[in-house]
Amino acid sequence: MVDAVQRTWAPGLAGERGAQRRGLHRFVRRRSTIAFVMCLPLIVIIAGLVAYPALYSIYLSLLNKAQTRFIGLGNFTFLLSRDVFWMVVWQSAVFALSAVFFKALIGLITAHLINNLPTKGQRKWRGMLLVPWVIPLALSSLGWWWLFDPTHSAFNWLIKLFGGDEIPWLSDPYWARFSVILVNVWYGAPFFLIMYLAALKSVPEQLYEAAAIDGANAWQRFLHVTLPMMRNIIAITVLFSLIVTFANFDIVQIMTAGGPRNMTHVFATYAFMLGIRSGDIPLGASVSLFMFPILAIAAVFILRGVRRRGREIG
Amino acid sequence: MRRSNLTRRHVLKTAALGSAALITAPYVSGVHAAGSLTLGCWDHWVPGANNALTKLCTQWGEKNKVDVHIDYITSQGEKDKLTAAAEAQAGTGHDIMSHRDWNIQVHQRVLEPVDDVVNQLIKTHGEISPVAEYLAHIKGTWRGVPTTVGAQVKPCASRLDLYKEHAGIDLRDMFPADEAKYDKAKTDKWDWDLYLSSAEKLFKAGYPVGLPMGQASDAVDWVGALFNSFGVVMVDDKDNIKIDSPETRQALEYLKKLMAVNPPEVYAWDDAGNNRWLISGKGSGIMNPPSAWAVAKRDNIKVAEQVWHHPMPKGPKGRFVGQLPQFYGVWQFSKNKSAAKDLLLHISQREAVAQLVDASYGYDLPSFKSLYDLETWKKVEPPLGTAYSYPPRGDEVTSIAGRPARPEVGAQIYNQAINTVMVAKFTQGNEKLDDVIKWASNELEGTLRA
Repeated sequence: MVDAVQRTWAPGLAGERGAQRRGLHRFVRRRSTIAFVMCLPLIVIIAGLVAYPALYSIYLSLLNKAQTRFIGLGNFTFLLSRDVFWMVVWQSAVFALSAVFFKALIGLITAHLINNLPTKGQRKWRGMLLVPWVIPLALSSLGWWWLFDPTHSAFNWLIKLFGGDEIPWLSDPYWARFSVILVNVWYGAPFFLIMYLAALKSVPEQLYEAAAIDGANAWQRFLHVTLPMMRNIIAITVLFSLIVTFANFDIVQIMTAGGPRNMTHVFATYAFMLGIRSGDIPLGASVSLFMFPILAIAAVFILRGVRRRGREIG
Repeated sequence: MRRSNLTRRHVLKTAALGSAALITAPYVSGVHAAGSLTLGCWDHWVPGANNALTKLCTQWGEKNKVDVHIDYITSQGEKDKLTAAAEAQAGTGHDIMSHRDWNIQVHQRVLEPVDDVVNQLIKTHGEISPVAEYLAHIKGTWRGVPTTVGAQVKPCASRLDLYKEHAGIDLRDMFPADEAKYDKAKTDKWDWDLYLSSAEKLFKAGYPVGLPMGQASDAVDWVGALFNSFGVVMVDDKDNIKIDSPETRQALEYLKKLMAVNPPEVYAWDDAGNNRWLISGKGSGIMNPPSAWAVAKRDNIKVAEQVWHHPMPKGPKGRFVGQLPQFYGVWQFSKNKSAAKDLLLHISQREAVAQLVDASYGYDLPSFKSLYDLETWKKVEPPLGTAYSYPPRGDEVTSIAGRPARPEVGAQIYNQAINTVMVAKFTQGNEKLDDVIKWASNELEGTLRA
């Protein structure tokens, strides 16, 4: 009897299993599934190394110094009452905005210069100009520190050789600000260069031809053809660079460690000083998170603009 | 019904006696549990100095059948502090970790009490440094065992020839390499006024002293010592902000004159800046352990031959020197606490300390005054006796910037370098004295949050 039932049911079961297999096969063959599976390693990395630390630092920023008690926004309100913190906010803004501006400007100019070179020479220049971006930042910052060394600066040696006065690159707070911004520009400009060069190459030649027929000069072609076609790339590179520059740590930490008189501290170095050196990890976490909402809002607006322009072009 | 004799008073009394007995009880080794032991130790800058510690630990491990493994972690870029912070957060890592300066305070909640070890050491070696006690004896419990390795003070390291030639001061005569020969009449003359007048002469001669005024520890330490000798209190032990005082004004006015005869780049110096200044032959004096001298011995022997370590100048409230002890902490999550404590006791014995001090050419300074008579400080040269007065001698007292504020507050004051930023604002930034003091009061108020 049992055998009979099993026999009766067996064809049905086999059919069901076959249908399941076909369903699974279809599911695996679906493009979205393949895309998901291929993205999975990246998703795991981002979840583990970006999302989890970010959420954990938000959690930390809501605790007291001993990390034993939840104090809500206490760390943030405390920071808002500190003079040094406001100085750090100001310095971070000056550092990031001026560095990004000059990186974008230098990147744009050099991208144009390289784009106008013969193809053979272009590759050589492109490779050479990318070198600052390829060298590990900690190493290049150390090299710059030697050039600016407070006592034995190589730059000052050269200046003195030509009869000039020594410049207090790192011991005067204003020169120190200039120096750290300069190094950031040197390091970051190649990123803009390569992005802008790619954007320039994607501008259809017909547009320039049409503009030339209409009698547009070089400046007008740049203003009315190149720039509008590059707007999305400019917006995205500026956004990326702003985020990275606001979070910069290596350059300032190696060259000035925030001094003299705290006048070169940026968010990351100040957070390190409070969190690791002074042992107040929740307060350090609060400092590092301070720019998050501002940058997030900026990102939303910039990316919305990019999407809108993309739709217009499409 | 029979009433119990056990009253609340009885319980409390018994508990108190029990605790006292536990704290004062001699340390009893429980190492026979064996197993393995891992140490995260500060990576010594003196070539070969790590080997002495490794040798001591290996010998102890072989004797006690414990497998000892040491990771030497550099303090460059605060990597040792980052490692300690990561292990404390993760609740896993080495059994023993070395902690510089304020790190015992920072991690006190996850550090095992080591009263048994430290009390045993005090019993053996006598009085312990008040700075070590301030940093590691927290609410009546020792959370760290003072190390020999890496612990230091920062007295004067001056050029004998330049002081004699340009300032007319014979430092070897003033501070001979034998404390018994110290002449109070001569040593008393070495005060901040004499320091300033000699610094002015040396500046005019083209060999300025080099006193860092950045935010690194060398700067914070010497300014802390000067503040103490002028009687400046930033925050007292009851959380009262005391920075607005005649002593602070007097100290800052003095510093204005002193910083004017320093090279202008001192505001950007890290902890190596003053060393390089002395080694280069440009400078006549710094405030530092014998590390600058040791490098000069290798790289510029002519300078090394003229460097003499000696006590700090005296101020109206005494003679102070900045001290930076280091500690070994046993994590609460350590799997072999008993063996860890036994090892720490072993490497803190006089014979072990002598080996460690010798391996560092006298740089490492134990936290017990009774150990300042080790041979190394008498014999290192050139010149013979240069490091004799590196350990505090005579009336010199060890201190740390931030004290006497409670240590949680002191850690903030020290690590945010409030003292040197104050001085830099006044001397380099030319801000008004009242504004500087107002700024410092505001910052100190912020540290009280701790």
